Amino acid sequence: MTEQVLDAGDHAPAAKTGRRITLRPRRARSKLASSFKTPLWHRVAERTIAVLALTAIAAIALIFIFIAREAVPMFWEAEFAEEVEIRDLFLAKEWRGYDEPVFIWQPVGEPAKFNVIPLFVGSLKVTLLAMLMSVPLGIGCAMFIALYAPRAVREVVKPAIELLAGIPSVVLGFFALMVLASWAQATFGFHFRLNAVVAAIGLALTIVPVIFTIAEDAIQSVPQTLTEAALALGARKYQVALRVVLPAALPGIAAGVVLGFGRAIGETMIVLMASGNAAIMELFDFSTSVRTVTATIAAELGEVAQGDPHWRVLFLLGVMLFAVTFVLNIVGDLAIRLLQKKLTAS
Amino acid sequence: MRHTKKDWLLAGLTGLSLAVILLLLAVLLGQIVWHGAPVISAEFLTEKPGADMISGGIWPAIYGTVFMTLLMTLAGVPVGIATAIFLSEYASPRSKMAKLVRIAVNNLAGVPSIVFGLFGLGFFIIFVGGSMDALFYDDPRPVWGKPSILWASLTLAVLTLPVVIVTTEEALRTVPREFRDAALALGATRFQTVYKIVLPNAKGGILTGVILAVSRGAGEVAPIIFCGAANFLPYLPTDLRDMFMHLGYHVYALATQSPNVDAARPTLFGTVLVLLVLTFSLNLLAVIIRARSRAALRP
Repeated sequence: MTEQVLDAGDHAPAAKTGRRITLRPRRARSKLASSFKTPLWHRVAERTIAVLALTAIAAIALIFIFIAREAVPMFWEAEFAEEVEIRDLFLAKEWRGYDEPVFIWQPVGEPAKFNVIPLFVGSLKVTLLAMLMSVPLGIGCAMFIALYAPRAVREVVKPAIELLAGIPSVVLGFFALMVLASWAQATFGFHFRLNAVVAAIGLALTIVPVIFTIAEDAIQSVPQTLTEAALALGARKYQVALRVVLPAALPGIAAGVVLGFGRAIGETMIVLMASGNAAIMELFDFSTSVRTVTATIAAELGEVAQGDPHWRVLFLLGVMLFAVTFVLNIVGDLAIRLLQKKLTAS
Repeated sequence: MRHTKKDWLLAGLTGLSLAVILLLLAVLLGQIVWHGAPVISAEFLTEKPGADMISGGIWPAIYGTVFMTLLMTLAGVPVGIATAIFLSEYASPRSKMAKLVRIAVNNLAGVPSIVFGLFGLGFFIIFVGGSMDALFYDDPRPVWGKPSILWASLTLAVLTLPVVIVTTEEALRTVPREFRDAALALGATRFQTVYKIVLPNAKGGILTGVILAVSRGAGEVAPIIFCGAANFLPYLPTDLRDMFMHLGYHVYALATQSPNVDAARPTLFGTVLVLLVLTFSLNLLAVIIRARSRAALRP
């Protein structure tokens, strides 16, 4: 385009009559003009960059569409309707041989029972337990590093926690399965070697770095004027920490907790290896083994035929998991934005 | 300042939580090195596993992991860097498109890894691979529409995309504004500025991000369970359509499906150690490059 426009400018009358005539050889064009033209490949590259930038949006959309595509035929397929009733996926049912309505996940039973509630209970149980351990630990570490630790300690600890964050989850699962499980059984006398507690300790190891990093950022970003003002008013250091710094950093800490929760509920390898994987509907006993949504997908999908009712239900679990983490992410994002607003306002 | 008892209590409690985490980390690393190191030998690293998966070495798993990681990097990193360039150099921060891309990146980072596995299966294998088979082959046996190293790598490329984007964008932002202004004032086009000034100056930071993403991708197991990782494969993948062995998957399979876990213990610890060394050396490399590039940018 640029080249033509420049030439047309030189020979405006010729361009108007529409005749294609070259009055000057190309070489003679002024150097100034040629230095201003954008080479074609620059424009191509810029277009390519703009198009590639859409990949992330496309990926999110494709993930949702293509997981849902394997799940939703359950609503009209005859094969599915023959084997499973949609409402039995969520509601308790009095199966033959049981004297009360129950929630059961038993995909290989006869008839197959696909109630997803025990799996979500399992996921929530492990996740909450892991949060109970990792929230105090993560925030505690962050407070210690931000408020008390001398510089030398900080320089060692931050890379150490980054190191922890870099450990593949299959290694943490392996550690929980091989080392923690035996130790926990010997210490607490668990009846089942693999149980919710062991899986939760493993999970906590992945969440602590998440919470720590975000909480530490939030605490560091509390303006010094606030703490200095409090100290000048005669507050003690612990009072400043608990009543000034923590409240100011609260949205950031909340964001860390929410994002950590999202990470925990979607974590697969650790719970798959260390939770025992029995789908028991048991709300409060943490010493029993549990089966989570993620572990169920990972363990069972390899053994089902494509298009089978079981296959559809597993993809439905995927859709639900995707939806849950999507919402958690947005909430976490909002919390971080709230923090930024709060701190810039003060 | 005078410290009261409550001050010491708070410092002690927070310090204790740090100690607990560091202790767990030390036990983890200590156990793995202690039990894993004696297993490592030249044969262990270079030989194929025996039929029982316990004897012999883990060479196919090392090879498969590295091969998959390279493919993943080739597929994902250019896209990630392009997105970061778009966000930091071209899009105005208020534009709808930039906001949308950012939201997508944030959410992509939070999608559980097992969901990526379902995505790889539903999209790459069934949809893309299945369509290719239907179009080009009459054979009822799947050629592309089956788990393979190609689909596993592409799935992981999508998974690591947000890491590349976020770290690259951060690196681009550390390049001072004046550099861009000076280039533009000298008559460089926008693209020339990006290509000749911004990218070379952000090189270290970008490399750090790429390495961190690669190390994350190398250790992920959940997404590749259905997308191409094989339980036991005594030969090396030579074709993009081959399945492959993977260090992390090998650990999972051996630890949970081996009939005799006690006999598998040494092999397991050895494999975990190799996987850890692989990811940690990548992380360490990233840390070193980051430190150097920061030092270089300082005036």
